[in-house]
Amino acid sequence: MLKYLIIKEFKQLFRNSFMPKLFLIMPLAMIGIFPWAANQEIKGLKIAIVDNDKSSISMKLIQKIEASKYYTITSYVQTHDQAMKSIEEGKADVIVEIPINFEKNLIRQGTQTINISANSINGIKGTMGNSYLIGIINDFTSSLKTYQTKIMTEGQTAQTFTIKPYYLFNPRLDYKIFMVPAIMVMLLTLISGFLPALNIVGEKEKGTLEQINVTPVTRHMFIFSKLIPYWIIGLVLFFYAMLCSKIIYGLVPVGSIFTLLIFAVVYIAVISGFGLIISNYAGTMQQALLLIFFFMLIFILTSGLFTPISSMPQWMQYITTINPLKYFIEVMRMVYLKGSTLLTLIPYLFSLLGFAVVLDSWAIVSYKKSAK
Amino acid sequence: MKQFIAFVKKEFKHIFRDRITMLILFIMPIVMIMLFSYAISTEVKNINVAVLDYSNDYQTKKIIEEIRNNKYFTIKYYLHSQKEIIELFQKGKVNVVIVFPENFSENMIHTQDASIQLIADGTEANQASMYVNYVQNILIKYLQNINNKGGKVNIGIITQSHMLYNPQSKSAYNYVPGVLGMMLLLINAMMSSIAIVRERERGTMEMLLASPLPPIYIILAKAMPFFTISSISLILIFCFSFFIIDVPIAGSVFVLVILCLLYILTSLAMGLFISNVVNNQLSAMLISGMVLMLPTMLLSGMMFPIESMPEILQDISYIIPARWFISAIRKIMIQGVGITYIMKELLALIIMCVVYILGSLKNFKIRLE
Repeated sequence: MLKYLIIKEFKQLFRNSFMPKLFLIMPLAMIGIFPWAANQEIKGLKIAIVDNDKSSISMKLIQKIEASKYYTITSYVQTHDQAMKSIEEGKADVIVEIPINFEKNLIRQGTQTINISANSINGIKGTMGNSYLIGIINDFTSSLKTYQTKIMTEGQTAQTFTIKPYYLFNPRLDYKIFMVPAIMVMLLTLISGFLPALNIVGEKEKGTLEQINVTPVTRHMFIFSKLIPYWIIGLVLFFYAMLCSKIIYGLVPVGSIFTLLIFAVVYIAVISGFGLIISNYAGTMQQALLLIFFFMLIFILTSGLFTPISSMPQWMQYITTINPLKYFIEVMRMVYLKGSTLLTLIPYLFSLLGFAVVLDSWAIVSYKKSAK
Repeated sequence: MKQFIAFVKKEFKHIFRDRITMLILFIMPIVMIMLFSYAISTEVKNINVAVLDYSNDYQTKKIIEEIRNNKYFTIKYYLHSQKEIIELFQKGKVNVVIVFPENFSENMIHTQDASIQLIADGTEANQASMYVNYVQNILIKYLQNINNKGGKVNIGIITQSHMLYNPQSKSAYNYVPGVLGMMLLLINAMMSSIAIVRERERGTMEMLLASPLPPIYIILAKAMPFFTISSISLILIFCFSFFIIDVPIAGSVFVLVILCLLYILTSLAMGLFISNVVNNQLSAMLISGMVLMLPTMLLSGMMFPIESMPEILQDISYIIPARWFISAIRKIMIQGVGITYIMKELLALIIMCVVYILGSLKNFKIRLE
């Protein structure tokens, strides 16, 4: 009996000419475009410089800023007001102001102040742009001869060490490598979440649900017949997505594909279960769409996909414990990029299994064969 | 005219009878703004550190002490060998490992050859460089302190930073325009296209077309309730951001309203266009979802800065109406500039609006196939 139901589901699915196109293009588009767009790297920030001094030290500082990949100097202006205008026009993101008699006072008094004004409508851009600039200026300071001579005159050689950063698993800090496993999770979530959500309620609207209700098909069988096709499609798309990542980025999982497979199987059960629950409660397709959209948005934004969970306020971090995406994204990143083994990830597996059992049971229980 | 009003009343009743939809439409923007304000942040709160000290001498102990006393750092492990490092990262237990090679203090003083190695978890690309930045800042400060033995004031160049428009770097400032753009798009493009297609699917469109009212008025009547909902949503979002999260409205409210009206019109035209090319609800949802909403969220500058994207994507973003809307809203609402600064955006929106309206009129099917 189940077999026939599943065949029926597949037939209905592919009758809609849009579906196959969706399955083919969406993973490709998401993996190909997303990581490039979702780049939170700060570089090429535009600087407007107000150099009131025009001395050799100020020019050296400007050269140093110019040499950094984080900044591009787009204008040299004479007054603060002109600089503000370029920020208003969007031609500059940061203003650096060097005061008059900068070099003279620096040598004589040993200290001077530079004003940095950053457009922080985008708070992240503003703070990061500001802090990198401070880093460059600090670096410049310690290289200044005046600074070193001051130290020497205190009667000792400067003690120093060099700092060597090394980024494990991702030496070039390629942001795309960070994003791709997470995008695969998002893809799986969208397809295995939205489609089941629209499925049952679509039948409700069409009236075919009533017809199934009068058959001897049990609730379990019905829900499973909805789950299994999306399970299969989800897994196929998962592998397709892995293939796309390999072709486009040359990214292959460091860890075992088998581990990934196990987690993917459990995760799809979780998210399809959630979709089916929404489908059971919604009255029209539009309601289902809005509901699933709403929840997906919350899940995706608080899952640590784009921004780390550790940066969220404490109360929000507690909320993320009931977000299944969070667990799967962590697992994906760990296995894909660091090669973590199944043994170390057992706690995650249990969490996801727990979600699956709860959500799928809820889906079965909330499906009512009799009319409301 | 009376006929038209009757149709409009009917449409309003259709929409407002759907309580769940109404509820979600009014809760969603508020939840979104809160999510964006709190969830999307790259603030560094705590860095988990492991230390591998091969020297164990005076300087290394002092440096470790400095790190331990800093509130941003938690020293979780003291390692004994390099082999432990990879496993720690694989389990996700630490963010940075600090390694001191042998003879550190000696090298610091005599050979100028001392080095500290920072190993960070590169899988969290953005965070990793911030963590390293933080550690570096502490280490540099330490150096400056031991070299300026006299305990004197900072020597060198001091910086004074000003955060323009958003002194507390609140992320809400950046995201409220985006939430606005998205909600208006959702209501006007997605929901309107679904509503029109739904009637076609159910067969009630036939009945409407058989009425003496010209088809164009039928569609216009359909657009009315969405207009109303958009306005309510707009007011809700503005009030919420202004009164509750203190996002300023620095510019002219009049210009703001004109901008929103233009955008609402453009979105409605897009919704109409979509409804003409599909014939079932599922397709309408998928198209407006995947082809409209998803690219809008990604490429409109709502979440990710457009300047950080590669050229191709920046070019694609030009045809996304939300991009212009969000950019203009940011300028007016937060920077408070005059209408002359958003001429480019207004022009772009007007062009797109006209294109979509013409396209829909051309495609409009008066007869059902």
